[in-house]
Amino acid sequence: MRHAFEAGTIVAIVAGVVGYFVVLRRSSFAAHALSHIGFAGAAGAVLLNLNPLLGLLVFTTGGGIAMAGLGKKAASRDVQIGTVLAFLLGLGVLFISLYKGYATEAYSLLFGEILGISGGDVLITLIVGVIILAATTLLYKPLLFASLDEDVAEAKGLPTGLLGALFMVLVAVTTSIAVQVIGVLLIFALLVTPPAIAERISRRPAQGIAWSIAIALTTTWFGLFISYYLPYPVSFFITSAVFLIYLVTRAVQGLRKRSLPVQE
Amino acid sequence: MNRISVITATDVTATYKDHLIWKDASFEIKKGQFVGILGPNGAGKTTLFRLLLGLIKPASGVLKILGETPHRGHPRIGYVPQRRPIDSEMTIEALELVRLGISTVWRILPPAGTAKQERAAAMEALRAVDAETLAHQPLGVLSGGELQRVFLAQALVGKPDILLLDEPLANLDIRREINLVQLIRDIVKKQQVTALLIAHDLNPLLPALDTIMYIANKKVVTGKPETIVTSESLSALYGTAVEVLRDSHGRIAILGAEEAAHPHA
Repeated sequence: MRHAFEAGTIVAIVAGVVGYFVVLRRSSFAAHALSHIGFAGAAGAVLLNLNPLLGLLVFTTGGGIAMAGLGKKAASRDVQIGTVLAFLLGLGVLFISLYKGYATEAYSLLFGEILGISGGDVLITLIVGVIILAATTLLYKPLLFASLDEDVAEAKGLPTGLLGALFMVLVAVTTSIAVQVIGVLLIFALLVTPPAIAERISRRPAQGIAWSIAIALTTTWFGLFISYYLPYPVSFFITSAVFLIYLVTRAVQGLRKRSLPVQE
Repeated sequence: MNRISVITATDVTATYKDHLIWKDASFEIKKGQFVGILGPNGAGKTTLFRLLLGLIKPASGVLKILGETPHRGHPRIGYVPQRRPIDSEMTIEALELVRLGISTVWRILPPAGTAKQERAAAMEALRAVDAETLAHQPLGVLSGGELQRVFLAQALVGKPDILLLDEPLANLDIRREINLVQLIRDIVKKQQVTALLIAHDLNPLLPALDTIMYIANKKVVTGKPETIVTSESLSALYGTAVEVLRDSHGRIAILGAEEAAHPHA
């Protein structure tokens, strides 16, 4: 359980930060696709008796660079990205079917198995997490500019293409470590929904990132805590808590909007 | 008054992927001028801005801006690109977008007080475009006219010498078009900024402009509005009969130009 809390904390912070930019750049489908691409890599690694995290990192990073290669409008290339992700998900299914071990490997990849995380995995997650946070801090202002106002950022001399590629690599690596906690299919719960809620309730990027981390962290801790007492998966509790906060936020904002006087 | 030149072009030819856009353009823009750039769709108006911003290079000829060959990231150029509508769910406040326009040295750990100074500068730029009240409004709720003021503030916050405005009047009603043109005119006069503005409709601009640049038929002509917007001048530019008509309010209608620009449309 200690390892789960440690890994969950690191992943929630990293996903909260990187996810804010995913939402700001409207790239959530690309982020979702990367997790599916990673599934094939992880399943391949399991088949070869390697650490699944290694397979995840290799495939998601490769996928991220390939998506960046599609150009600055990669996030809107839904058909191409969707076609490739479906193929790779199929490939992952093949690898899992060829694997003679336990079906729990496939289950943990798809839905996360944070309670089974090892001390070694926590260490890798910590190192990778620190690198991602350092890179995001270094790129913060240019990345924010390119995410909000790409044309002006380009005219101001920022290398927007390179920034886009670096960002996709950051998303890829974040996805790899987040899959351990939440799984391939539920990646939205940490990488998209908390920052989406944060974006709705904050008007400054720094505030948004702080809220995003706070929501991802609180829901991850809540999921881990409650799963200690109840015999259901951690990822279910995390996704439910995040979804509930999202619904409440939308409802409160909807009510507030209705109560405002109509402007002429 | 003998004002200094801020942009000079000598026999400049612009191409896009080996396709000729316009050729042999020679013109001079002086400090503090308000220049309207007009011409049909696809004539190469935005291409001129891309050349001035250093995003592309001329195929031939010499282009100078503020005495230098154009290069990306020139701190003395403010730019408002053609925009798509902002996502209505975008909650970032206007002040933060304006703040991004400040050209500062990129530091991982900026000195204490930088954020406060940047916000004060962004607020001052918003005040200059009469948009102070929009500072803390989410971008997604702003109207087209309000957004254009915010974009203009972003271009002004770096205290530029030259403003490049790509179709800021698009999607505005006539009243807001006139208001925005008047605002830009005031900024040009007060701050001695040179403004180049791309537009489709000449009428809201005409009372405010010092110079018109007309781009059509792969040619660029520049001069005072009264010499450029004439039947003779535009007929020579398009190479076919174009007629300029004026109504009793001074509004202009140009007949035959669109047909000449897109003969098969």
